[in-house]
Amino acid sequence: MRKYVLLLAIVVSVFSLHAQVKVGDKAPDFKLINTDYQKVALSDFSDQEGVILIFTCNHCPYAKFYEERINLLHKAYEPQKFPVVAINPNDSVKYATDGFSHMVAKQYQFPYLLDNEGVYKAYGATKTPHVFLLDNTRNGFEVAYIGAIDDSPQEASQVKVKYLEDAIKAVKEGKKVNPDFTKAIGCSIKPFQ
Amino acid sequence: MKQLSLLVFIILGLIASVKSQTIEEVTMYQLLERVTQSDDTLYVVNFWATWCPPCVEELPIFESDELQQASQKVKVLLVSLDFKSQKEKQLLPFLQKKQVKQEVLLLDERNPNEWIDKINANWSGAIPATVVYHQKQQVFHEGELDLPQLLQLVSSINQ
Repeated sequence: MRKYVLLLAIVVSVFSLHAQVKVGDKAPDFKLINTDYQKVALSDFSDQEGVILIFTCNHCPYAKFYEERINLLHKAYEPQKFPVVAINPNDSVKYATDGFSHMVAKQYQFPYLLDNEGVYKAYGATKTPHVFLLDNTRNGFEVAYIGAIDDSPQEASQVKVKYLEDAIKAVKEGKKVNPDFTKAIGCSIKPFQ
Repeated sequence: MKQLSLLVFIILGLIASVKSQTIEEVTMYQLLERVTQSDDTLYVVNFWATWCPPCVEELPIFESDELQQASQKVKVLLVSLDFKSQKEKQLLPFLQKKQVKQEVLLLDERNPNEWIDKINANWSGAIPATVVYHQKQQVFHEGELDLPQLLQLVSSINQ
């Protein structure tokens, strides 16, 4: 009986997890439509030091909490060759406000791409927001950090640890990213079928 | 008429305030202490929020008679990840409107990175998520469930 339970627990956990890229893995490429109707690919950023890739959306309250902070991240790190690239993996059939016109209306200063090709799956993103820091190495883009932006989603004023910014700093200085994996609450992705 | 509506307003306010006392705010430690008992109760813990449509959609399965009959003693805890500032404005009116009968707790924690793994290492942090505890064992599911899947999750635990 015990073995059966263990087996079942494994089955349950396998089903509940996508194969997620791990820190150190090559970053899966993508080419998706941006809010200016042009396609944007990861390879377009090969002259950058890295990319702050954020799976996010319009409808999720946790995504909304981070909207302003993501704007500020781009403002601070784009000049340092770490621009933000945001990807919305949700189908507007499930959440009307995640539709393309609503994405355009955001008027972000960084690319905001619609993922109707399941790129989120290649990364193993499960929720919005979900961050992947990509380091542009000699071998191309590699995943350097996965997880949360900081330790206080609800109150930007209460942030004590800026996980993502610490990770960018470590990558820039060639140091080990620690922690290189954190967890955050978010809205489960409702992808295009 | 004005007086009557005022009276209704006051009564509704009273009901709301009485109900609000029943929504306990708990830390992760307090929650785990409550569900990891060695008694014969089977705890079904569902992480949800009013702002999460798939969570709201699956709420009725946690109210079902079938779930109550799935084991000798079943205790459902609906752990809300609603924001504390929204407790009166959003959470309470929602529970009244939907006539939620099971016990609702409001999670009082700040940094998800510190408590998500305490529930289950396989949890990515997406909601809904459901854990079944019985004595020292647990089974975990991330994502939506329908009633047969929930009953299967419950029956998969050794009891």
